[in-house]
Amino acid sequence: MSVETHEVHRHPAPTGFIRKYIFSLDHKVIGIQYIMLALAAVIVGMLMSLLMRINLSWPGTKISILGTLFPGGAPGGVMNPEFYLSLVTMHGTIMVFFVLTTAPQGGFGNYFLPIQIGAEDMAFPVLNMLSFWVTFVGFIVILSAIFLSGSESTVGPIGGWTGYAPLSALGAIAGPGQGMGMNLWIISIAIFCVGSLLGALNFITTLLNMRTRGMSLMRMPLTCWAWFTTAVLALLSFPVLLGGGILLLLDRLAGTSFFIPGGLYVSGVLSGSNPNFPLHTGGSPILWQHLFWFFGHPEVYIAILPGMGATSHILATFARKPVFGYRAMVFAIFAIGLLGFFVWGHHMFISGMSPYSAIAFSVLTLSIGVPSAVKTFNWLGTLWGGRIRFATPMLFALGFVSLFVAGGITGLILGQSSLDLPMHDTYIVPAHFHLVMGVASIFGMFAATYFWFPKMFGRFMNERLGQIHFWVTFVGVYSIFVPMHVMGLVGMPRRFSSFAEYEYLRALDPLVTFVTIAAITTITVQLLFYFNVFWSMFKGKKAGDNPWEATTLEWSTTTPPPHDNFAGVLPTVYRGPYEFAVPGAPNDYLMQTESGAEEPSGNGHNGHKH
Amino acid sequence: MGRVLAVIIWLLTLLSVVIFFNKKWWLPPAISDHAPALDRQFLLTIIIVGIAFSAAQIGLGWMVWKYRDSGKADDRALYTHGSNRLEVVWTVITAIVFIGLGVMGQRVWASLRLHDAPAGSYSVEVVAQQFQWNFHYSGKDNVFGRTDPSLIDDSALNFIGIDESDPSAKDDSVTSSLVIPVNRPVELKLRSKDVIHSFWVPPLRFKQDLVPGMEIKVHFTANKVGKYELACAELCGQLHFKMKSYMLVLPEDQITALRALPQEQFQTKVQELLTNTPLAPSY
Amino acid sequence: MATMVTSTKTVTKPGKGGSSKFPGPNGNGKKNGHEFFDSDSRAHRYRIGMWVALASIAMMFTALSSAYIVRAASANDWFPLLMPRVLLASTAIILASSATFEAARRKLKASMISGYSRWLVITALLGLAFLGSQFIAWRQLRAQGVYMATNPHSSFFYLLTAAHALHLFGGLMALLYLLVRARHLSMAEAVDLRRRAVADAVGIYWHFMDVLWIYLFLLLFFWR
Repeated sequence: MSVETHEVHRHPAPTGFIRKYIFSLDHKVIGIQYIMLALAAVIVGMLMSLLMRINLSWPGTKISILGTLFPGGAPGGVMNPEFYLSLVTMHGTIMVFFVLTTAPQGGFGNYFLPIQIGAEDMAFPVLNMLSFWVTFVGFIVILSAIFLSGSESTVGPIGGWTGYAPLSALGAIAGPGQGMGMNLWIISIAIFCVGSLLGALNFITTLLNMRTRGMSLMRMPLTCWAWFTTAVLALLSFPVLLGGGILLLLDRLAGTSFFIPGGLYVSGVLSGSNPNFPLHTGGSPILWQHLFWFFGHPEVYIAILPGMGATSHILATFARKPVFGYRAMVFAIFAIGLLGFFVWGHHMFISGMSPYSAIAFSVLTLSIGVPSAVKTFNWLGTLWGGRIRFATPMLFALGFVSLFVAGGITGLILGQSSLDLPMHDTYIVPAHFHLVMGVASIFGMFAATYFWFPKMFGRFMNERLGQIHFWVTFVGVYSIFVPMHVMGLVGMPRRFSSFAEYEYLRALDPLVTFVTIAAITTITVQLLFYFNVFWSMFKGKKAGDNPWEATTLEWSTTTPPPHDNFAGVLPTVYRGPYEFAVPGAPNDYLMQTESGAEEPSGNGHNGHKH
Repeated sequence: MGRVLAVIIWLLTLLSVVIFFNKKWWLPPAISDHAPALDRQFLLTIIIVGIAFSAAQIGLGWMVWKYRDSGKADDRALYTHGSNRLEVVWTVITAIVFIGLGVMGQRVWASLRLHDAPAGSYSVEVVAQQFQWNFHYSGKDNVFGRTDPSLIDDSALNFIGIDESDPSAKDDSVTSSLVIPVNRPVELKLRSKDVIHSFWVPPLRFKQDLVPGMEIKVHFTANKVGKYELACAELCGQLHFKMKSYMLVLPEDQITALRALPQEQFQTKVQELLTNTPLAPSY
Repeated sequence: MATMVTSTKTVTKPGKGGSSKFPGPNGNGKKNGHEFFDSDSRAHRYRIGMWVALASIAMMFTALSSAYIVRAASANDWFPLLMPRVLLASTAIILASSATFEAARRKLKASMISGYSRWLVITALLGLAFLGSQFIAWRQLRAQGVYMATNPHSSFFYLLTAAHALHLFGGLMALLYLLVRARHLSMAEAVDLRRRAVADAVGIYWHFMDVLWIYLFLLLFFWR
């Protein structure tokens, strides 16, 4: 047993531009590709939300470029209702799939999971590359859904990101937005499913098979636990969406009746009486909702779990203190992931499914509050007694905790079947999920970006710009989404392109305008972030190997990491991931690679109180 | 920096609580029998939510206020990996509160949804279509005439496909607004001709999807006379935002008189009532 | 370095929480397992990856079959097809192909490369025969005027058999890959282990396709 020879075959880095940067097999390059994809997608999604807010606050606003790009959706530059609805659909789909699923998992997970467990790459680099390029094709297809159909005097898909059948299943007869754009929407999601599955397969195998010497499961950083659980959720939920998507596409293109019931009378045509509308019988619209939400609910955790992992990681690093209750944190991640598979029905309380199952779904839903509260408790516990350093990554991590609480806690309202009667499909729903799965996740990603940027590019991001970015964004997102909750109480419905029809919504006009102004401000400040990212890549302050004085393996290799991560010698791990402030140690942090006495660590038992 | 962040977090918390608990923007005044219980559950929930939210944010602010890095090299954080006892206590407390809340929240649901409409309910068939509501009343005989999708003819204004040859259809009426009696259980039989719609009257605290291919029966009791706005709450296509109607809650004697009228007069009378009744104030 | 620890606990106390026990940390999180980065452990990833992939394939077919069951119960337009007899032949062929694959694997274990290749070819031919037999079943149904949209059962029949056939086609490609690799002989142990692990992974997949077909066959024609 020659344990001293850790030497593995050094993989020479490819030299050609295409193999190095385009079709790269290096998980780090693929991670950055994913992040770039997300950065591009989030601009599109954000601009769409901006257009929607402008339409809600100042209907009839003329934006000439819109008229040029989408002659069907905004004739003369003025948005019509169907274009608004296709923006709703595209914004949701792009943000959920191509931003919240790609950046946290495909981006940062790809880059840092192998390094943090001490592997020289992912288990299947070719699959990893394929997973990115498949996802990329999915993104092109989703863009074509609105841009292509925009030119033929119709608009993009209309269905919300949930695409409820039979509206989404009937085809062009059901009105604008149900033609080619909807086909492309479904195809794009199916492609995305395949890409995510390849990624998930890779993450799970890598974590199980490629951990370095001494990296036992309970010595992994919490980020790795989060990425692993996320991968398991993706692995088990995306196939269901893929299956459902295939059924939906067949209903549209092959004339089957999976989701389309009999006896429909759409746009003046009876099903089967006209070649434009073939005969359908007996399909179940609720079946689509079951399939969709069986995927859709775990998807929420796919978006937020990596943010939770990054937050735990960053809080410990900048509070200079071990994570409070590491073991409880791991169990909480698992509990959230597991429960996430049994609560999809809370999206369907009033869908016409059995009222008895609604009760089971409701109680299970509220029980997800328990592991979420455990996480919050432990984050506060990690800060307690710490020596907090307020760098930008820490600010965003603290913002994550605040927003996770603010957004998550209204789940206690929405998860109750009876309270869903007035709340369902009002603005409190988008307010809730935007805060928790949208903004909180994005704060996790901002924190991750500011934190890992020095490792990825060898330079710090500008601290002053980062601070401004944080303060405005933090106050901005509260200003956008808290008033939206109140709109929901009054009863403002989602997915309305105009509220002019309803008297009872008059009282909300000032809030609508306030939210729009807050949204414009917040979106504008994101330009600072973009500038900061690209400026700092070339002009930022140079960073050393371990600029934050952190403990995990990514900080024990050079900055930026070499092609095989550890220059041929894989590290050995001697202790848990967050050994800060160890009494008697020379520094206030002990890296995982520092040998010496074995340190009992990473456990939740009550030890080492001084 | 820590202090600034703490103050901002506390301010945002305060403003969030204030905007939630102001009287200007709240649930609309309730008009149904199940609403008071529902509102009580909502109030209980939002108080618990408010306390948990404020406690967490105040705690977070306090941590960042108090535990700043002093910058001194020998000043180190507390070295602890946590406490199992605290974790268990905290888990049990939140489990009891959250799951207890969830179980309590089922009472209103159970009372509304787990049994059929009581005998003697006033029954209306609701047939939704893109982007219009049709309400079908059975007339004097209390029997709904047969309907068949193949008889639907929008141009002849037979929106729901009533079979004129069915004798029980003779006294039926169809309107585009919902007219129901006050203080009497109402049963709605919800259907859709094309895609999913959702029946929603905000002051009623009531919402239910209308799913094509299904007939969904729901019931409630309205207890305040007046005219209320009725919206579609499920994305149903291009003009979803315009799929609006009214719900007219009338005293029982007016309802009896209405039901005695033949179809055309029924519609005219409802139209007349609609124009003459002012919209119930939302605040 | 031991002086660094001033904790009240003894230094040698093994950590709870899965941290490693003496002697020394091991690779891949195994406590007393393989030597660090030995080839066997690395080759293991092909088997792990295959099981993970199968979990996701199984999940998709679970979703489709739950749709099948819900759809069968949800309306009165459910008229099951009569089983095309040729599907019995399909079943026999795919069962036989699993056996021949096992024979191939046995040859590989015994390092008899030519025997290994021969059995692989036979397995691949059986796989092709299965696809052909499925194709005949579709042809027969079409000749009877049963199409995708004819009724929900026929929709599910075409969908499930086509999805299975597509996956089986992927398995055929994997067999082809094994065949190509089998031509390059190598005596190096690491290469041999890796080759065996890849063959094992393909084997797991091939047997899974077999079991999946039996399951779909029973679901489509015997589940009432």
